[in-house]
Amino acid sequence: MNMMSESAVEKALDQKMSDASHKMIGKDVSVYYGEKRALFDVNLNVRENTVTALIGPSGCGKSTFLRCLNRMNDTIENCRVTGKITLDADDIYDQNIDVVELRARVGMVFQKPNPFPKTIYENISYGPRIHGLSKNKADMDQIVEASLQRAGLWGEVKDRLHESGTGLSGGQQQRLCIARAIAVSPEVILMDEPCSALDPIATAKVEELIHELRANYTIVIVTHSMQQAARVSQRTAMFHLGQLVEENDTDKMFTNPDDQRTQDYIMGRFG
Amino acid sequence: MTDVVSPAAGIPRAKSVRRDIGIKRRYAAERRFRAYGIAALSFGIIFLMLLLWSVVSKGYTAFQQTMITMPVEFSQQIIDPQNERATNPQKLMTANYPVVARNALAKLLNVSVDDRVASRAIGQMLSDGVRVQLRDLVVANPAIIGTTQTVRLLASGDIDSAYKGQIDLDVGQENRKINDQQLGWMKQLSDSGALAKHFNSGIFVNGASSRPEAAGVGVALIGSFYMMLIVLVLSLPIGVAASIYLEEFAPKNKFTDLIEVNINNLAAVPSIVYGLLGLAVFVNFMGLPRSASFVGGLVLTLMTLPTIIIATRAALKAVPPSIRAAALGLGASKMQTIFHHVLPLAMPGILTGTIIGLAHALGETAPLLLIGMVAFVANYPTTPLDPSTALPVQIYMWANEAERAFVERTSGAIIILLLFLILMNVGAILLRRRFERRW
Repeated sequence: MNMMSESAVEKALDQKMSDASHKMIGKDVSVYYGEKRALFDVNLNVRENTVTALIGPSGCGKSTFLRCLNRMNDTIENCRVTGKITLDADDIYDQNIDVVELRARVGMVFQKPNPFPKTIYENISYGPRIHGLSKNKADMDQIVEASLQRAGLWGEVKDRLHESGTGLSGGQQQRLCIARAIAVSPEVILMDEPCSALDPIATAKVEELIHELRANYTIVIVTHSMQQAARVSQRTAMFHLGQLVEENDTDKMFTNPDDQRTQDYIMGRFG
Repeated sequence: MTDVVSPAAGIPRAKSVRRDIGIKRRYAAERRFRAYGIAALSFGIIFLMLLLWSVVSKGYTAFQQTMITMPVEFSQQIIDPQNERATNPQKLMTANYPVVARNALAKLLNVSVDDRVASRAIGQMLSDGVRVQLRDLVVANPAIIGTTQTVRLLASGDIDSAYKGQIDLDVGQENRKINDQQLGWMKQLSDSGALAKHFNSGIFVNGASSRPEAAGVGVALIGSFYMMLIVLVLSLPIGVAASIYLEEFAPKNKFTDLIEVNINNLAAVPSIVYGLLGLAVFVNFMGLPRSASFVGGLVLTLMTLPTIIIATRAALKAVPPSIRAAALGLGASKMQTIFHHVLPLAMPGILTGTIIGLAHALGETAPLLLIGMVAFVANYPTTPLDPSTALPVQIYMWANEAERAFVERTSGAIIILLLFLILMNVGAILLRRRFERRW
């Protein structure tokens, strides 16, 4: 509608980004699945209010790294994480950090839309309820509405809040999952190939949403689509065989990468 | 060669070099396989029909009972000749009621009570149960002594069988339990309408009896009900809790592997072994009473647990991991994830497993024999600690009886047991549907 103001916002955000503090810092992160080592001393920082894209061929460790950021790897048997990851100043693998609290601060959206087989309302309200974020029903209604608004889903579902969330289309389900993640007011949102199960139109909507969410949240997204990484992210990190190959501004990454492997991957020579 | 515009000409030739894959044979094999399937299915259905037909055709008569409706004179002469009922309450309990009934029937048939042989034959036409029937009437209302009341009395089991046409009348009367004179009387009574078949409520409420016409599954029903209740209350929570722990919390190591193997093996242990275990542990070691449905319930619980645990674990495993990931990703604890999301989704499977386990337990006989539930119990058990029997054990006991009237009762009890099983399965389906609709 008003391109001027939008680009102004962009500019302000980019400005904010360039001198942004590092929201999450990963230092010498290594992950082992039993004897097998999946990540090799990865040093990767996530900037605040920035979309960071993790790219790389299948099995390169990008999802593994993503799942380290909210300790989802804890649920995998035999998985061991070494190194240090901090959120603001807190070491998230510290004994004193409660993983429940961590996951409230670092939300996650998965590859396949996975709404609970409950109503749309219950899908959104579940997180705030278990974290005690609302005092009463009116409060909760407000959280639900705000989350759906932010996820751009309110208009489509406001008349059917009490119908099952699994009855929505794939794209709507994925945005419902994003709304569900937003509802607990996280600081960082991790997205693991959020569009890989969606059609191009639904993908466009989700990408647009990611773009808007950037103003309030720090986003880390794993994607297989180079175009998507180029479209939605400001920073891009390239993984290969469990190692971080290169991390750079997205523009630079896709035009003039420092590393030959990045160049080859982006050109489609392997992967 | 010169035909440059027909590269397509090469295509039909390619077809001829294609390996013969026997398309016709493939289809034939598929048709054969389908035919085998249909044959197997028909085989099963035929046998099911045979079973049902045999049980129902033999058993439906058990729900009707031959009774004789007649005026009975409650003669003071016979019941209480010395008029001592006010001082001796035992008198009314021990009075000679069969004679009262016999005299009434003799009067109806115009036979003199002085004819000893005829009176004896008449007395045999009535069930021994009339003693209890008349006694209950008199004890409930002593004022009827000296009056004449119309009463419906049970005919004896032999008359019942004869009247239902289950006795072969071609054999000589010396080889039957019922002679020609009695048959004549039976015909006379049935022509006058005094003797007729009525709905047999006794089979549902009466306890054990050596007289088939007075025997029923009342005690067995109560015993089975207590046991089902105990099995449900014990095995569902224990089974579900064990499965949740094993499936979600327990570390995967040699020890838990061992437990898993053992649970799977326990499900296949013959039930009589559980009976021996119950006898050794619950009756002999813990000193719980014999023949009690409480002990039966405990034994059946042990027997049902593996079934429920296996079904529950399968149901928990079938919940998509994405739901767990979603809940954990939102910051739900493991407990919350399981109880808010996984368990409700697994509920239909758990319920189905539980009801299959219960139905299995309902039909189980062998372990109950060992803990003494195969007993002659005539009185209702008021608590699960009182002696009682169970439906399948009652069927087993009746099947061992010689009288013709017990044959129909055996089938009748099987029908009752099958009805309960159908009822439980319908319950399972309804519950399942209800839970599935909610999600």
